Amino acid sequence: MLYARLIVSRLIKAAVVLLMIVVFNFVLIQLAPGDPAAILAGEAGAADEAFIAQLRERFGLDQPMYVQLWHYVSGILTLDFGYSYRQQMPVLDLIMDRLPATLLLTGTAFVLSLGLGILAGSMAAMRVKKASGSLIMALALLFYATPLFWVALMAVVLFSVYLDWLPAYGMFTVGANLEGLAYALDVAKHLVLPATTLGLFFMAIYTRMTRASMLDAAQQDFVKTARAKGLAPRVIQRRHILRNALLPIITLAGLQAGQMVGGAILTETVFAWPGIGRLMYEALMQRDYNLLLGIFFFSAALVILFNILTDLVYRLADPRIKGAAA
Amino acid sequence: MTFFARFAQNRGALVGLLILWAIILMAVLAPLLFPESPWRMVQRPFLPPMAQEGFWLGTDTMGRNVAAGLMHGAWVSLLIGLVSTAVALAIGVPLGAIAGYYGGWVDDALMRFTEFFQTIPNFALAIVLVAIMQPSVTSIVLAIAIVSWPPVARLVRAEFMSLRQREYVEAARLVGQSNLQIMLRQILPNTLSPIIVLASLMVATAILLESSLSFLGLGDPNVMSWGYMIGAARTVIRQAWWLSFFPGLAILLTVLALNLVGEGLDDALNPKLARER
Repeated sequence: MLYARLIVSRLIKAAVVLLMIVVFNFVLIQLAPGDPAAILAGEAGAADEAFIAQLRERFGLDQPMYVQLWHYVSGILTLDFGYSYRQQMPVLDLIMDRLPATLLLTGTAFVLSLGLGILAGSMAAMRVKKASGSLIMALALLFYATPLFWVALMAVVLFSVYLDWLPAYGMFTVGANLEGLAYALDVAKHLVLPATTLGLFFMAIYTRMTRASMLDAAQQDFVKTARAKGLAPRVIQRRHILRNALLPIITLAGLQAGQMVGGAILTETVFAWPGIGRLMYEALMQRDYNLLLGIFFFSAALVILFNILTDLVYRLADPRIKGAAA
Repeated sequence: MTFFARFAQNRGALVGLLILWAIILMAVLAPLLFPESPWRMVQRPFLPPMAQEGFWLGTDTMGRNVAAGLMHGAWVSLLIGLVSTAVALAIGVPLGAIAGYYGGWVDDALMRFTEFFQTIPNFALAIVLVAIMQPSVTSIVLAIAIVSWPPVARLVRAEFMSLRQREYVEAARLVGQSNLQIMLRQILPNTLSPIIVLASLMVATAILLESSLSFLGLGDPNVMSWGYMIGAARTVIRQAWWLSFFPGLAILLTVLALNLVGEGLDDALNPKLARER
């Protein structure tokens, strides 16, 4: 089974990268100014001595460096990400609690931005020399250059404060106790602004990618053949060019999607969306480094997982590549 | 055609250059027009724009002049954008050059290293780095450089790989030039145009990154920056939209201008490609 072997080799590679991130986290804790025990406790110097001494003993901070590294790595291998002393909860529980909200937000934004990006990009590619094509590209550049958090804030001002169309904060109406369909609708309403603002930036990227990829495909020989056969330009655009351009777009889109986790930190902060991005902001504000590094590890793991999925989809979609590259 | 004539053929690039000059002018004139610290409280807080002479953009939650912050912030944004790009180039160019020139296991090892940094989500890594090193101009510059060098290394590697087989390189080797001499004097000058184009786009990304970091409260506490202004005004967005609006517009214009200039540079430096497009 070539496919199974490919997945295994991918997973091994992913495990190596994740292990490197764990070691990297460990190095970061050592580099941070101050006592590592104080950092693990999330206290920058203010904690009482007895507590820190207790932590130092618990984490074996009086032992040689390689023993400490081993403790840290083996802890994470057994899914022990430590304890958030600020939130009085294990880091893993905190992250797992917030993960679904982030997946909902980034997933929606991804589908939205990829769909609209391909649509806008192919429209621009078909109108290369026309004003409408240039307009689409100008808009894409504009969204690309706009800071995500600023669009989010301006959207709050316009759609929540002045027009009062959409809720600006949270994931559901607090205290409404809705159930079933009513709850889903309520969440969807809260999702509109965060997902759109997060999606805009990526839509701009996908629009530019689609246009470039389609113009590239249009240069190929089979397009000349199709034209020589006398096929209508519209048919050539859709059946020959777009179809062939789509595959590289999806691959690149999958690789880019990893960066959505980063964008989610900003959007979730503005919209008080209860995901891991917002959690990361809270960890920052409280100088809760243990939690911060835990989220960092998780976001990297998410990116790697998504890259593997993209790779598999790509190989399924294009039978010409049969596990050629591991 | 001269370099500038080719550049000027791209209308957008000219507009970008014009905006960029205006931003640079803002940065240069800041200490002259607003010699006082932008952190000083000079009027009553929450003064709306155009309400009082001398405070055309209003004042913030602490009564600080928004216009002064905006002008001083221009300096910070440009400085951090330029320096962090320079540091990223200083990491990426040598790594890419060595990988592309020597190939083999050196290339393998360096590219694995590069891939590792490309896999980690950029922004999350930058946040963690600045948070651990404590926010300061130096830590922000370092963090941005660390997350933005991989594309440089990949680009330089690809260029070096394709150029190392050229005849002029063979000739240089024949007359006894060392590897270092060949890399620096023969190949590197021929890879400059794509590096310059990439660098101009990287400055734009660096400015976006810096503003996002300071928005989250990870800015240098001693310097006024656009991102900080927006972050500080986030909670009062309902009462005072202008506090976030103007700094955001400044970031948008700067990043847009740099992207337009980058495209113009690309046209001017790669005339063949531009015609094909």
